[in-house]
Amino acid sequence: MSIDLSQFFEVFFEESFEGLDAMEAELLNLVPGEEDLETINTIFRAAHSIKGGSGTFGFTAVADFTHVLETLLDQIREGSRDLTAEHVNLLLKSVDCLRALLRALQAEQQPDLAEADELRIKFEEILGMRAAAKAVASNTDSEEPSAESSRNTFQIDFKPHHHLFKTGNEPLYMISELAELGDLETQAFQDDVPDITDFAPEECFLSWRFFLTTDKEQSCIEEVFEWVEDDANITITLCGGLFGDELEEKKVVQVATDTDIKETETAAKPTAEVKKSAPVKSAAANTESTSIRVGIDKVDSLINMVGELVITQAMLSQLGEQEITEATIASLQEGLAQLAHNTRDLQENVMRIRMLPISFVFSRFPRLVRDISQKLDKQVELKLLGEQTELDKTVMEKISDPMVHLVRNSLDHGLETVEKRVAAGKDPVGTVTLNAFHQGGNIVIEIMDDGQGLNTTKIREKAIKNGLISESDELSDNEINELIFLPGFSTADQVSDLSGRGVGMDVVRRNIEALSGSVEVSSAPGVGSTFTIRLPLTLAILDGQLVRIAEHTYIIPLISIIESLQIDISKVSRVGKDLDVLRLRDEYIPILRLYTIFNHQGAIETLDKTLLVVVESDNQKVGLLVDDLLSQQQVVIKSLEANYQKVDGVSGATILGDGRVSLIVDISGLIKLSGLRKPGSQELIIESKASLEAS
Amino acid sequence: MITSQDDLHNKLTLDQNQDVKQFLTFIMADEEYGVDILTVQEIRSWEEITVIPNAPDFVKGVINLRGTIVPIIDLRRRFAIPAIEYGPLTVVIILKVKLESTSKIMGIVVDAVSDVYSIAEHEAKAVPHLSDSEHAQFVAGLVNVGEKMVALLDLQKTMDI
Repeated sequence: MSIDLSQFFEVFFEESFEGLDAMEAELLNLVPGEEDLETINTIFRAAHSIKGGSGTFGFTAVADFTHVLETLLDQIREGSRDLTAEHVNLLLKSVDCLRALLRALQAEQQPDLAEADELRIKFEEILGMRAAAKAVASNTDSEEPSAESSRNTFQIDFKPHHHLFKTGNEPLYMISELAELGDLETQAFQDDVPDITDFAPEECFLSWRFFLTTDKEQSCIEEVFEWVEDDANITITLCGGLFGDELEEKKVVQVATDTDIKETETAAKPTAEVKKSAPVKSAAANTESTSIRVGIDKVDSLINMVGELVITQAMLSQLGEQEITEATIASLQEGLAQLAHNTRDLQENVMRIRMLPISFVFSRFPRLVRDISQKLDKQVELKLLGEQTELDKTVMEKISDPMVHLVRNSLDHGLETVEKRVAAGKDPVGTVTLNAFHQGGNIVIEIMDDGQGLNTTKIREKAIKNGLISESDELSDNEINELIFLPGFSTADQVSDLSGRGVGMDVVRRNIEALSGSVEVSSAPGVGSTFTIRLPLTLAILDGQLVRIAEHTYIIPLISIIESLQIDISKVSRVGKDLDVLRLRDEYIPILRLYTIFNHQGAIETLDKTLLVVVESDNQKVGLLVDDLLSQQQVVIKSLEANYQKVDGVSGATILGDGRVSLIVDISGLIKLSGLRKPGSQELIIESKASLEAS
Repeated sequence: MITSQDDLHNKLTLDQNQDVKQFLTFIMADEEYGVDILTVQEIRSWEEITVIPNAPDFVKGVINLRGTIVPIIDLRRRFAIPAIEYGPLTVVIILKVKLESTSKIMGIVVDAVSDVYSIAEHEAKAVPHLSDSEHAQFVAGLVNVGEKMVALLDLQKTMDI
């Protein structure tokens, strides 16, 4: 049998992780006492395939551990045991434990079995097989704890069909599993082994007879062979304590069960030496998955599109061979237009492959919130909104850790304890809301809590103590809130294992900025705080409107443009010192003069009949004054920071068709740069409205 | 540069000396400045440039260098030397500058490229501390090459915007 199983490892790991995710999600849905059979079945199935897979690939530790899980689940499924909250907790813990085991295996490290063993013991206590289990865990050969009288000897005849190996089963594993059940005597029969000329190495010609002395039920033995019952003749008979007569009847080959047992022992041994969680951590560092699951429809549409592309290409090359006449030029142009169309479709679809709904990230939070709220003894309700919002896979993988951190912070620092909430006249159950939505070319993720809000006095004191600001600095509340993103800042009175190590928010911000996103906080004392993460949808391409300001060409992301119009001067009013506002239907749009913001000379300065591009960012509409609207095109975003640095009001650069560099306007940066009050912009508009009405 | 056998011999023996480096020199306001030749990526003629809004005045803008966006620094302005019209000799030297953890590709606009010299680093002398000199901070050392004096640039400082 020379199939290299390791080539399937990755698939197994991915499937197992998916299975674990499914188990976790379903477990969270389980309410003891009113459990849904289908839910338990789903959990059972997931556990079962993990067990099967890990057995096949020789990850005995995982298989053994899942086995006890499965036993418990099976009993619950059959109704012979009632589900309790304790079971759910244990099952959730074991999901974590399995995940850690699999991660370690995936990283080809020695898994840490301490937790698994601990959990397994608990399960076995529940299942009432604790006594026997102890013996297995310590040493197979050690003296049996219970009375000899309960021990039975089974004779097991195991005659696999020739095709056993092709079904992915390996008798050796079953034999070692049997050996764990008790004292095992093994006979192997090689009568069926044909002459070397007829010998097929991928078929199984051996058969076995086992004598197993054990205190387990017959069902435990049957379970060992569960996977092969259709591929073998198995008879299990109880023969009391008597055997030995038939031993020499046939040619006997002793299968080295001893070595098998040793193998399982060495797998368990490192437990004592491996320090807790250390190997798992390092493994987690590179678990960003490198493969992606794509719906078949997406792939099919790609194939269709490539087909069209090939046809267009054939048409064009045919045209290229013809003599150039006016007629061919027309069809050439047509062909090129079609090519452009095809390329665009193809590109959109390829991008779509990378897009996944954000529920992949959100789904881990119910569990997290449940665990943390139990630990903190707070009552928390988690609301998830906009789970179907799609996001680039790379962005998604990198955003989940910062989000976990923010949610933890909200639970730990943001939400008050039940008593405090009741005292403040709030609902004793706190709410944490995760919300995701698209806005412009961005995805916005909000993490809201209805807790106590950020304590500005405390933050200020802390910042002064840490030397981040000086005593005399006058800071607005917003500026104070911003301080929490500075390195080495933590206001937790007590450092807990949840948060408060002071390596938090600055890392969060750094990670998000590495994805060219931003994170902001707004907070109201006693009402709650909201963290807003803004991320680009994809990191590569955008549709842009080219505009001219004096002799400079800029690109405005098409997605943020609402409309472009010629200013009617009669609708413009001046507010305050230097802000012009355009009345557009029933809205008042502040006019931003790009040439002043960007400091360019020679642009059109009069407002009348000049072009205004109305854009929206952060729910705020502004008009950008431009000299001219040029073409629209797709642009590949290039980083300015790679060789230069971040430029305010500019999100990146691109190279136009003629080779020139053009800068891409960052609308929200621009609004900040222009000095329009962003968080309070609503007031500004109302204020301007009032002054308009007055005039 | 190498005119005789002796010169060639000198040059070869010099090169064997580990502390000898080759420097590309360029002219600016009749002064000669040198940069380590290994940092030089290429030399280009002056071309149209895209202005970066609100950048420091010595940052002329960015160019497209085969798909990479490369900022261009006007060294005259950086050194507070009066600006001149760009002429046919005006060149852009594209440099790869090692910064703390990364390296950045940037261009400098200079009056003209001059020569390549082999210079032993230990020959470089420290710049006299003269507070009135605007650009002394960008010079790592001074060396004599024949009759001329060449100022070796401290690129990290020069390019630290």
